[in-house]
Amino acid sequence: MSTALVTDLTIFVLALLVGIEVIGKVPATLHTPLMSAANSIHGIVLAGALLIGVTAHSFVGYLLAFVAAFFAAANVVGGYVVTGRMLKMFRRKAQPASSEVSKP
Amino acid sequence: MTTFTTNIQLVYILGAACFVVGLHLMNSPATARRGNQVSTAGMAIAVIATLVLLIHDGSVTGIGWTVLIVGALLGSAAGLYSARTVQMTAMPQLVSMFNAVGGGAAALVAIYGYIHDESAPGGVLGSTTVFTVLDVLIGSVTFTGSLIAAGKLQGVVTGQPVIFRGGRLLNAALAVVAIGTAAFMLTTASLPALLIVVLASLAFGVLMVLPIGGADMPVVISMLNAFTGTAVAMAGFVIGNWALIVAGALVGASGGILTKLMADAMNRSLANIILGGFGTGDTAVSAVVAGDAQIRSIAADDAAIQLAYASKVIIVPGYGLAAAQAQHGVAELAAVLESHGIEVSYAIHPVAGRMPGHMNVLLAEANVPYPQLREMEEVNPEFARTDVALVIGANDVTNPSARRPGSAISGMPILDVDQARSIIVVKRSMGTGYAGIDNELYANPKTSMYFADAKKAVAELTAAVKTLVG
Repeated sequence: MSTALVTDLTIFVLALLVGIEVIGKVPATLHTPLMSAANSIHGIVLAGALLIGVTAHSFVGYLLAFVAAFFAAANVVGGYVVTGRMLKMFRRKAQPASSEVSKP
Repeated sequence: MTTFTTNIQLVYILGAACFVVGLHLMNSPATARRGNQVSTAGMAIAVIATLVLLIHDGSVTGIGWTVLIVGALLGSAAGLYSARTVQMTAMPQLVSMFNAVGGGAAALVAIYGYIHDESAPGGVLGSTTVFTVLDVLIGSVTFTGSLIAAGKLQGVVTGQPVIFRGGRLLNAALAVVAIGTAAFMLTTASLPALLIVVLASLAFGVLMVLPIGGADMPVVISMLNAFTGTAVAMAGFVIGNWALIVAGALVGASGGILTKLMADAMNRSLANIILGGFGTGDTAVSAVVAGDAQIRSIAADDAAIQLAYASKVIIVPGYGLAAAQAQHGVAELAAVLESHGIEVSYAIHPVAGRMPGHMNVLLAEANVPYPQLREMEEVNPEFARTDVALVIGANDVTNPSARRPGSAISGMPILDVDQARSIIVVKRSMGTGYAGIDNELYANPKTSMYFADAKKAVAELTAAVKTLVG
């Protein structure tokens, strides 16, 4: 087993433990935004798609890179925007009907 | 590793740290928005670092740039559009779609890497093959599984468990083929083998989710979320990128925790949920409600009197409330009660919606302040001091028979609604809930049944309360 792999595995295990610790403290009220935030975080695969896509030199390669970039970018942008939209609705006090009229 | 690439790895670590801090800030609704911004910044840092690396590398062709940039821009537009327009009730579908594309992208990274290395002189076998294979397996299962889950939630695919003869056998066979071929790939480089793994995993994903019923979706979505995270982490191993490894591990942990919370809230094992078929009738045990039990039905005026003269009211919303789009009406009713000095809060069961925390978002959208949204453990002791528990569209999570053995929901944690001084249940009919069993709460002498559609009932209650208290 190479040193690089051991380093990678160490990082993985430690990140897993940090994740369990941090996420265990999120209240049930915020579980939907949490999941949607987690969703945008796994959109980091966009970086992976970019790194690997640049080695493409064939039609199949370009196609796969295109689809991967599309999927990952949709994941990142959509995830962050929708999480922000949800979190904006959590208020400490009820507000009088604002400009953002909720649909019935 | 050159100094330059080392520096880029350090920037990736910075991005990953932002993800951790962002998730940490999600521990309170007051700081959660800032958390999302920190996380977004981390993502921007990681993506920009990647672009800098690619530009510095200089080996990218013009077509390569075009393909990647056009793909990313179109994907961003699609993500932005769906995030802006989605209804809060449809949030589980959207999250499921994001799971699908995330898992799909992770699988594609590994598939592409494998195909690319296949043609390389050194061949494809190496220390990362095991991660490639795992990434392809998990990513493909997540892709189709999430699509089916989204389809079920959207109503494109039936929400009922789809079970056919030999389905489980077929699924087991697919799993054996996928895992067996994957194991074969560890020792032998073979492109056809990769194709078999992909196809078998895709089919497995479909067949895994089809037999699972709609109300089990909170567990399924959480689990697929964990899968996506794991697939992304595996992709990180394949390309040796720390940002992907950390992000994937964080999401895997998040999905795993939520899966466990949801399964616990239903008191069912993950295996039981995945094997499916719950609520199809064959698991229903004999009704526990005595045959001579009296069901008391009341009208809006009587219910309004109980509410108007209460000093403490707890509203118990269930998925029926969201399905009837009654959350705004409920918030209005609560506001009227509160303006007359009545203490109102909401008791929210962990599986009240179609994904973890879903009901909270729906009520927050209806302008309910979050301090009123109370978790099960926290609110249960308060029912004994409550004058009226108003149950709207919730069923199994209020059934006291869960406290005794011998019922389909035995052992499931429930809201102690029956402890309240009086109970009003808004319900369309005496039909059973997801578990397919009778709810003995309805035969309780303290319970009044108000038979109506949730939205209509809430509007009538609000009007009646207003005339009472002026």
